[in-house]
Formats: sequence, structure tokens, C-alpha cells
Amino acid sequence: MKPTQAARSTVSALATPLTQPAAEPYYHAVGDEVEVFAAAAQSQLPVMLKGPTGCGKTRFVEHMAWRLGRPLVTVACHDDLTTADLVGRYLIVGDETVWLDGPLTAAVRAGAICYLDEIVEARKDTTVVIHPLTDTRRALPVEKRGEYLTAPPDFMLVISWNPGYQSVLKEMKPSTRQRFVAVDFDYPQAEVEARIVAHEGGVDAATAGRLVKLGGLTRKLKGAGLDEGAGTRLLVHAAQLIARGMHPLAACTAAIARPLADEPDTRNALDDLIRAVF
Amino acid sequence: MSERKLFAHEIEARLDELLLLKLRQRSAERTARQLEALPRIRQERVLHWVGVAAQGANELGWLLASQGAEYAVELGDGFDAWARAGLAAHDGGGLDAARAAWRLAIEELRASAARPSGSVALAEVEGRLKRFLQALHGRPLRLAGASRAWTDGETLWLPERLARAADANGNRRLYTVLAVQLWAQGRFGSFNVDPEPELAQWADREMALAWFALFEAMRLEARLETELPGIVRDIRDLRGPWPAALQPAAESLARPEATTADSLAWLAEQRKVGAGETPIFPHLTGFDPLAARRLRAVRIARDSKTLRRALNIMRAVDPHSRGGAGDREQAPLAAEGDALPPDLQAEELQGLPPDAQAAAQSLQQDLDGMPPEILSPAGPGAWQPEEREESEAPVAEPDGRPDAVYDEWDYRREAWRRDWCHLYESEGPAGEDAWVEGVRSRHAHLIRSIRRRFESLRGEDKAERRQLDGEEIDLDAQVEARADRRSGSEPSPRLFIHRRQIERSLAVMFMVDMSGSTKGWVNDAERESLVLLCEAIEALGDRYAIYGFSGWARTRCDIYRIKSFTDRYDAATRRRIAGIEARDYTRMGVAVRHLSGLLQGQATRHKLLVTLSDGRPDDHGDEYRGRYGIEDTRRALLEAREKGIRGYCVTIDRHGADYLPQLYGPAHYSVIDDAKKLPRKLAEIYRKLTA
Ligand SMILES: Nc1ncnc2c1ncn2[C@@H]1O[C@H](COP(=O)(O)OP(=O)(O)OP(=O)(O)O)[C@@H](O)[C@H]1O
Ligand SMILES: [Mg+2]
Repeated sequence: MKPTQAARSTVSALATPLTQPAAEPYYHAVGDEVEVFAAAAQSQLPVMLKGPTGCGKTRFVEHMAWRLGRPLVTVACHDDLTTADLVGRYLIVGDETVWLDGPLTAAVRAGAICYLDEIVEARKDTTVVIHPLTDTRRALPVEKRGEYLTAPPDFMLVISWNPGYQSVLKEMKPSTRQRFVAVDFDYPQAEVEARIVAHEGGVDAATAGRLVKLGGLTRKLKGAGLDEGAGTRLLVHAAQLIARGMHPLAACTAAIARPLADEPDTRNALDDLIRAVF
Repeated sequence: MSERKLFAHEIEARLDELLLLKLRQRSAERTARQLEALPRIRQERVLHWVGVAAQGANELGWLLASQGAEYAVELGDGFDAWARAGLAAHDGGGLDAARAAWRLAIEELRASAARPSGSVALAEVEGRLKRFLQALHGRPLRLAGASRAWTDGETLWLPERLARAADANGNRRLYTVLAVQLWAQGRFGSFNVDPEPELAQWADREMALAWFALFEAMRLEARLETELPGIVRDIRDLRGPWPAALQPAAESLARPEATTADSLAWLAEQRKVGAGETPIFPHLTGFDPLAARRLRAVRIARDSKTLRRALNIMRAVDPHSRGGAGDREQAPLAAEGDALPPDLQAEELQGLPPDAQAAAQSLQQDLDGMPPEILSPAGPGAWQPEEREESEAPVAEPDGRPDAVYDEWDYRREAWRRDWCHLYESEGPAGEDAWVEGVRSRHAHLIRSIRRRFESLRGEDKAERRQLDGEEIDLDAQVEARADRRSGSEPSPRLFIHRRQIERSLAVMFMVDMSGSTKGWVNDAERESLVLLCEAIEALGDRYAIYGFSGWARTRCDIYRIKSFTDRYDAATRRRIAGIEARDYTRMGVAVRHLSGLLQGQATRHKLLVTLSDGRPDDHGDEYRGRYGIEDTRRALLEAREKGIRGYCVTIDRHGADYLPQLYGPAHYSVIDDAKKLPRKLAEIYRKLTA
């Protein structure tokens, strides 16, 4: 039975969007990550991006997808994410049932890059479905449909995780980890980071330099008041506020100090640092 | 709330209700009469706090009511802060502590009424200042109170109270300005040149030092400008423009290449023209190069030794790295003030263990770079592992056969020493009942709040979807089933959501340092925090065990069982916690091996080994202190990791604990700078770790 018009329009409205940006997403390479990623893509190997929050992982994947000319599917994982959310499910439209591909299935069919952001946040059973995709089988069984999809050469699986998170209950199993080529991300060197902040935030080099200096100072507070220092993202946010005409002190307080800390001593110390740097 | 004041009899009735006074045959008549005079809103605040206190202990509520009524008028808006101070003291030390804190708070209030308004005490800014300095320095810096601001390069002394600025904000800023300048003295080499030859030529040494301090302040101000322009802005606001006569000096010392030697040259200049008193500037700190240079000499000697030893070991392992052993004359350190080459062999330094890296960093700062002699070997022949002071004290005689023997990792040989450590496991000795009861009643408040927090952690239900049975209908599953039926396939009968308490499946081993260095405060803090922690974990239901470790050389490694996984948290266990005491040394690797073995036997999915310690691995008289111990411990933790055990370390280490990242990996340790904070922190850490 062919799906009706109504069913088709529902499915296309809900279908996973495959993004393929027209312009090159700006990314400033920090080490050899571009080469490693490209080589992994050619060898049809999955990649794991490790690193603290806001250091450019998502941007990097967007950039690489553009570079390789492949569509990108991004899934932000959370603790209620089920296998069906990834693979797909039947829907009922009016009186019909129609199948809707999940983002992973859509990516496999399209030969896209599938980026599972913060994979450890997902429910444990979801990691099981990615296993056959990450070894030589490169396969995705869609049990509900009785389908067994073999991934085309262009399909690539990329996952990210932040090893700074402390909970033991959020560890990744070795059997999962060891399937991936790993790329370590860290905060870029000061000059590089300043260039990124200037570009992304639309501020001059001097302001960017100070923001980066401030970021560096907060990173020394890791484990001494902060769980993690300010990532590049926070610096970019502050820069954007400054570019809009906000006073640097107010911008840094709002975009950097407040998001980082609640505890009074640390908050005050951050305020003092902001004042000292600007 | 109506605006009408409460009459004495109404207040009395409310107090009665809060404090069950009738039962206790007490009367709040006097207290109520005192409170009658207050506006309604204040009356309600007092009653509110009496209620809060009474929840902690009835007696505390009574005390707060009577004391509060006495001082309520005087305290005014400060009542809340006053009440809180006493309750906090009660958590730590009971009723007497609360009474004392309240009295102290009143005295403080009266003293501050006499003080100029807007003054700020060091105690008020210490916390934020410490954090601030850590961000600049990368490591914690010591802060202490003194009559004036000065530094010996290791501790920053700051005035106990500042009232120079017009308002509190200004005084807080002044603290920051003073602290940054003191930090800059060490950071930018104020103590790297010997000023004695110049100072000796002055008739008035104090005056000479004052001028020297002024010239250095000019130089440091310029150095700070690029890094911390905001601070320099504050400095300029404080000092105003330099007097015309000082302009040339200020300009010349602001050149980026100016050093302390240039400041000394200006000092000589000043002597020749016949200097008078220095003009007074509010931002200037004290300056004591003599004290600082004494410490610097000790530091240089220690750091060069550490660094040399590490380099020698490295070259012994890898003879191809540069400067092969013994082919160069051992030169003394370059003469002071000589131009020294900048840091060498960055990549070589990178391969060093953290303590040697820290030593290298500190040397670079103390010497404005790294003299090449330090990087050359310590002389012909092999390296010395460590100065050996053994054979002074007798090594403890083992009694009987050990319960287990363990291999130990020798990183220099890259090999195991077989059956090297002899381990004895015994039950921890019982301490006093009264001690634990003391802790529990002193911290009753804290324990209750921790338990509540932990219970809520457990209480989080997890919705399990697609169950055969359950409290709710799983809509997704229903839809799917319907779709399946329509498409002709067999629908799943799993159509319900079942709410289940999350199964944590976690076993935790606490490994408690009982080495001699924990004597006193640290030991007390360890024991107290264990009591609090047990109360907390009991609320959670996780499986946990506590063992102490200590020892005396490799033939006498002791493990004390405080609570095994099967022991309950009962009176006997509590007595054993009370009995934890400071003993001998810290041979950590073998303890990790033994305890991770016990932990491995647990059938839970997650296993966690938490070390509670006050410093690095160390043992008597043999090579275990230093890198050997760290490497062995690291190895033991790696082995544990391979068994699926996660290590975490909580350390009270006043020496910076640079080695922790190497042992546990980033983010797998916490350093607590003050033992007194441990009890509060530990439960919090545990919660985060297992959330
Ligand atoms: N190397 C880089 N080149 C260009 N932009 C960067 C780079 N690093 C960081 N950024 C900027 O920082 C922002 C945050 O980066 P991104 O969102 O990629 O972080 P992330 O690592 O994915 O963080 P999270 O782990 O929180 O998801 C980007 O939007 C971009 O503006
Ligand atoms: Mg991201």
C-alpha cells in the first residue's frame, strides 16, 4: 500500500535534516586534527573527539563535513535517548502507519557524517546499536523493518566526550572506546585562540588578546573553585557582547564569570580577574 | 503579615510553641518583654531564627531566643548574620561554641562601630584573594596577616585590616593591588640580584630599602601593565603622577628590558646626589630582599637537586639524550646576576616527572632562566637515587608470616621486584565511643542536611519504558504496537512504563592514609569526615568499605580493616573509625594493590577506589620516597584501572600536590587546602563523583 499524501508530508516534515553548509564553516586548526580526521574518513574509520567543553569540537566536525563534501547529521545525546530515537520508528498518520528513519539511519542511507555529541549521556543500550557500524561490518540492523543496512563508503560515525566529567557512572566502556580513532582537543594556544575570538566575536585583536588572557587565568582555577575553566565558547560570547557595544567588564561578568561559578569566593575572584585584565 | 507589633504575651505564646517551654517548665516572659519593643518585622525575624535553631536542638533555640532578645535592638539589620554565625558554630562545636560565637559577634559589632566605616578585614577577602592569586600563579600561594604588606617570596603577608580607602570597595581593591605587587616581586625577579653591596654603602639602611622598594615598584608596575592593565590603572589612581624629580627613573625603569640591577643603579644614583626621605605613596608595599633571598637560596639548592636527579635518572635510562653522563666538569652555579641563557631543552624538560618540572619552573623564575650546569649531570658515574638516611632507625621486625606478598614496580629497572612487599591485614583498633557520638551530635545539623541531599539522589526514579507491567502507559510503545498490528507484524506486549529506583550498582573502597604525617588535625579531619560520609552513604545504600594503611618499609606494610564490605555501620565500626590514628609511613602502591583486590571481588558494575591522604607516597629509609614511590603507585593504579576500578584521590596537601595529575589523571582528584574543610567537602565530592 502506498502512503497517502498526508503521510508523506508528515514524514518529510519530521525527517532528519541533512545539513550541507554553502560557505566554509570557520575553523582554525590547532594541531594535526584535520589530517587525522581526513585520513580516518578515507579509511572508513570512526572518530572520537575528546576534550573540554567549548573548545571547538562541534565546529570542527562542521568544518570537516564541508571539507569532505558530505552532509552532516548531529545528535545531541541525553539520558532519555533510546535506540528508536536513533534508528527510527513507526508513526501513525490518520489511519496509516508510516516509517520514519531516525537520524542514524538517515545518515547511513545518505552516506553522511553522523555526529553523536556527548555520547556518554545516552542510555547504555544505544551504544549497542553503534557497535556493528564501527567495525568492519559497517552495518546497521533496523530490526523493526527487518532491514540490514550496509553503510556506503561516505558514511562516517563521529562521537564526542568530555573526559573532565567526574562521575564514575558515566564512563565509556573499553569495548566502545577502542573502536574509534581518537583526536584530543584542548584549548588552542593563546595567539591562535585570540585569532579565533577576534574572528568569531567580531572584536579587535587587543580585546581578543585580553579575553584569551582572562580565559587562561580561569583555567588555572580548575580544581580550585572551578570544575573547568572558561572554554573558547565563553570567550567568543563575551566578545560578541562587547562587539554589540557592551562594556567589557559587564560583558565578561555576564558571559564568563556568571556561567562559571556560583560560590561567592570564586565569583568574587573572577570579578577581580576581569577587572585586572581590562 | 500585619504591621501591628506583637504584645509580650503573644510573643511568649509563640516562643512557647517553638520551644515547648511549658514541658520544660521554663518561662520566656523576660525574653518576650524585651522583644515587645521591636517593630513587627524584626520580631518575626527573631522568631524565625528561634524556630530554625530549635530544629537543630531545642536548647540552641532557647539560647538564641534569650541572647537574641538581649541584643536585637543593637544588632538591627545585622540580626540574620548574627544568628547564622552562632548556628554555624554550633554545627562544629555545640552549644558552647554557639554561645562563644554570638558573644564574639557582638564584640565585633561594637568594635566595628568604633572603626572607620568601610574598612575591610583580611579575613573577609582572603578567600577571593587566594583564588585570584592561584589564577595568576598557577599554584596556591600562602597568605597571612601582618602589620604591613611584604613577602619573602613564598608567603604574602598583608595587613589584617585596611581602612585607607574611602569605602569598602576601595579597600578591597587595595588588598588586590598590594597582593599583586607582592606576587610580582617574586615573579619578575626582584630578589634575583644581591643588593647588599649597594645597601652597605648607605648610612641609613632603612632609607636605602625604602628607595629600593620605590624603584622596584616603578619597574614592576611597567611589567604588570601588559598582563594586568586593570591593576596598573588602580595603582595609578592611588599614586597620582610621579613627582617631576622621579620621572626620569620611572621612565627608564619602565623599559621592558629593565631589571633589578637597573633599580640598584638608580639607588646608587640617589645615594650620590644625597637622598632624603622617600615620598610616601599609598600603593607601596614593604620590601625585604634579605629574607626573600635567604629562602630563595634554599629553594634553588633544593630545586637544582631535584632537577639534576631527575635528569640523571632520565639519562641513565636513555643514554642518547644530550650531555651524556660525566663528560663535563661540574661548574658552580653561574655567578649571581650573570646573564643566563633562557630555558633550554623544552622537550627534555617535558619528559620529566611533575616534581622535577615544578622545580625547573621555579628555578627559571628564581634565576631568570636556566643555567646550563643544572642540566648537566651531577658528576661522573651513576646517579644517586636519593640521599639515604636509612639504618638510623631500626626497620620494624615482622611478626609472623605476612597475609599476602606483593610485587613492586621499579621504574628505573622497568621491572618488577618480586614478592617485595609483605602485607599484614588486621582489624583496626577500637577507639572511644564518646568521640563518634561527639562528632555526630556536633554535626547533627550538617549530617541531617547531607542525608537529605543524598536521599534525594537515591529517590530519583528512573522511568523504565517498554515494560510488561507498570504504573503508566508507554505511549510510544502503544503507537508502535498499533503500527505493527497494522503492518501485519507481531506487536510487542511491552506497553507500560515502570518507575524504579535507580540501581546504582556501585562499590566504593575508601583507603585512608594513617601515616605519621597525618598526626593531629589531619587525622581528626579524616575521622570526622568518615563519620559524615558513612551517614551519607548509608542514606544512599551504596556498598562501601573503609581500610586504613600505613607501614614501615617493605617488610611491614599494614592494612587496618575499619569496615569491610559486609560489615555494617554499627557501633563497632564507629569505634574503629574513632580508633584510626597516625602511625608510620605511606607505602601506597601495595595498599592500592591489596585493596583493589578486595574491591574487585565485588559484583557491582562500577568500582571506585577513593584514597584519602595528606601527601605523596613515602616510606622509611628506602627509595620509596620521591619518584620511585610515585611510579609504583601509578603502576598500581593502572593495574586497578585494568580491573575496571576507577581511582580518585582526595588530598590535604600543603605542598601543592603537583604529582596528582600524573597519578590519577586530570579531574580525578581534589586538593583540599585546609583539613578543617575536609568533613564538609568529602561528602560533596562523593556525591559529585557518583551523580
Ligand atoms: N579551533 C577553532 N576554530 C574556530 N572556532 C572555534 C575553534 N575553537 C572554538 N571555536 C569557537 O568556539 C565555539 C564553541 O565551539 P564548539 O561549539 O565547537 O565547542 P564544543 O567543543 O563542541 O563544545 P561542547 O563540548 O560543549 O559541545 C565555536 O562556536 C567557535 O566560535
Ligand atoms: Mg559541541
